[in-house]
Amino acid sequence: MIAELGLALLWMAAALACLSLVAGTLFLRGGSKDLAALVRPASVAQGVLTTAAFGLLIALFARSDMSVELVARNSNSLKPMIFKIAGTWGNHEGSMLLWLMILSLSGGLIAIFEKRLREDTLIATLAAQAALSLGFFAFLLFSSNPFKRLPVAPPDGQGLNPLLQDIGLAFHPPTLYVGYVGLSVAFSFAVGALITREIGPAFARAMRPWVLGSWIFLTLGITAGSYWAYYELGWGGWWFWDPVENVSLVPWLAGAALLHSVAVTATRNALRAWTVMLAVIGFSMSMVGTFIVRSGLLTSVHSFAVDPERGTFLLVLMAIYIGGALTLFALRAGSVAEGKKFALLSREGSLVINNLLLTTILALVLLGTLYPIVAEAMGEKISVGPPYYNKVAGPLALILCLVMVAGPLLSWRKDDGKRLWSRLPLAIFAGAAVLFALILFGGKVGVLPLLGMTVAGIVAVASLAPLWGRNLRRTPLPTWGMVVAHFGVAVCLAGMGAESAFIKERLVAAAPGDDIRIGDFSVKFVGVKPVAGPNYTAIEGALVATTSSGSRFTMKPEARTFPGLMGTAPTETNEAALLTRPGGQLYAVLGQPVTSDDGRADRYQIRLWWKPLVWWIWLGGALIAIGAALSMLGRAQLLAIWRARRAGKLQERFAP
Amino acid sequence: MKAKHQRLILALVALGGVAGAGVLAASALRDEAAYFRTPVEVQGGKAGVGEAMRLGGMVAKGSIVRQADGLTIRFVATDGKAAVPVEYKGIVPDLFGEESGMVADGRMRADGVFVADRILAKHDERYMPPQMGEMPKNMKAPAAT
Repeated sequence: MIAELGLALLWMAAALACLSLVAGTLFLRGGSKDLAALVRPASVAQGVLTTAAFGLLIALFARSDMSVELVARNSNSLKPMIFKIAGTWGNHEGSMLLWLMILSLSGGLIAIFEKRLREDTLIATLAAQAALSLGFFAFLLFSSNPFKRLPVAPPDGQGLNPLLQDIGLAFHPPTLYVGYVGLSVAFSFAVGALITREIGPAFARAMRPWVLGSWIFLTLGITAGSYWAYYELGWGGWWFWDPVENVSLVPWLAGAALLHSVAVTATRNALRAWTVMLAVIGFSMSMVGTFIVRSGLLTSVHSFAVDPERGTFLLVLMAIYIGGALTLFALRAGSVAEGKKFALLSREGSLVINNLLLTTILALVLLGTLYPIVAEAMGEKISVGPPYYNKVAGPLALILCLVMVAGPLLSWRKDDGKRLWSRLPLAIFAGAAVLFALILFGGKVGVLPLLGMTVAGIVAVASLAPLWGRNLRRTPLPTWGMVVAHFGVAVCLAGMGAESAFIKERLVAAAPGDDIRIGDFSVKFVGVKPVAGPNYTAIEGALVATTSSGSRFTMKPEARTFPGLMGTAPTETNEAALLTRPGGQLYAVLGQPVTSDDGRADRYQIRLWWKPLVWWIWLGGALIAIGAALSMLGRAQLLAIWRARRAGKLQERFAP
Repeated sequence: MKAKHQRLILALVALGGVAGAGVLAASALRDEAAYFRTPVEVQGGKAGVGEAMRLGGMVAKGSIVRQADGLTIRFVATDGKAAVPVEYKGIVPDLFGEESGMVADGRMRADGVFVADRILAKHDERYMPPQMGEMPKNMKAPAAT
């Protein structure tokens, strides 16, 4: 019954989306106020019903109900409970339902909490959100029904791709999806504001927490995904410029541009058309990403289904939404009144350059991702790899970081160059110190890592500059947020530079008792032993790493074998062992046994990496997310309300 | 500076930036994009020695041979019509095996051996890289039902 109930809830939610759209449209065309009154409750109910439907799908996975096709194909009764639940979104249909749930929930949340916008703009926004969800309801119900029953239930399920059986998977996709779909709210706000022509600070302030919120999730999702790829794939890399990584980076770049331009619109009422345009681009990029990943155009672990019908469906949806929004923009752009003016050398000016650079990087990454698909359509098979991206995105990102040094130090409207220079010496000194140290003691370092670490030094110091001479307790939260996020960029950049400049790698066939030297470590290979997990068996290696100061650490990389379930072939995975030290990480992978000439398999392939400061990359990512969260807290005015209440209470207490 | 001039300068800067980015992208794509070749194309002489490329094919049955150093493997990549010997030093990915699909990044050596820097295996037996769709059916690994 659970599956049938879930399906029924989805149909009801779709009907509510339809109601919101129709009632909202009629109201905006001059209909009565009664119509508008329907839209808010309908949006809330749609969010609740879709969430309930997703909950029911989780219940089906948790109970291992093999009569449901999706569960039978993607789960197995032997799996640990956490992976049964995570399996709900580890497949095409389930992840689309998750997408839809977030889309509907966002609509419901706007309906409940948004009080600052004009009523008609709010109704237009909710109608736009309903239109978005309606398309994805159609996609789910007509081509990807997650609740479909099998005529005959199999005794057990086929399991989940073992690579995906990892705690990282339990959180990575939902995090990224919240970010992706959160941008839909910015999209709907932009469409709503275009329809009612209310584009100004109020609209920007309403949109800002949503942009910040989804960007926080995107940042966390990308950071976690990078760490997942790093330790789970066993290749030792943290970013591969894989198309699937790129399509998560592209909305992140759009979001980064948007949250800076929305700041200008909210504070200075400038860059209005540009902010609207970026809001449209942001969610469009989310949809392009989903389309590329889900349509089977790419070779990737994320391509759940190669189904041309689904690909076409998504393509049509995307064309309607993006095309519609851009047409609306083209019709109304002329009537978007010119914003407030500003000089080139000003906070606004630096944010314009920030936006241009971010969108250029976005375009170049998108180009590299799409180029092989276009080339293939024309009969050439081409792959675009890291050399392209490093060449185009690297230098632009460094220039962007330099703009980031200056931007926060400039004042709004206009500033003069001398004042800017007077605030920079310490930062420039820090950069110069890093540069000289690297040239003198760093040995041979590539140009990009060298510049990266230098710029990181400059940014690290300059990012703290907005706090100089301030009373730290009275510094507003958004300023703290900016400082923390920009400092995070410096940390991340330093990690990337140090890792690529000073990485050390050893690949050996070692017998038990062998010592392997790498960096400052001496690693002794002790031996291997078989171990058994809940649904796999493994060979576990034991390595003892000794540092130059004499500390010893045991590392246990595993080579796991998952038995084939229901007639599928067995699968093997590598579990890398990581040793985190203040100066970086030691990374060990156990490979295959090596048969000697006399037929004895006594040696094992072992690959070791010493990765200096590599964990700074993810620390930086986390700092960026924390910074954005502080900024959002400040903007959401929650703290201000709390403070005001506390102050009020104090007054009561001390009142005579 | 008048607002008009300022807008003009901004527009010019943006235009210059876009043009510069376009040139950068075009040159980087020309230099760095690698062709995806199948064994039959390699044997047809389409791949120049030393040119970065990506080779896709199935690992031929019984062809994986481990070298004495315990680290280097040799195998034959095939598409059912032609075969190319491949050499790779390193730990092969988890899902790499005989009679299953693989994609290798690397270059052709003058002696006709493809030297791989990195090997990617197909991630899942339910999933076949689209580039391998043109291979004869009997070359595919048994698909899950």
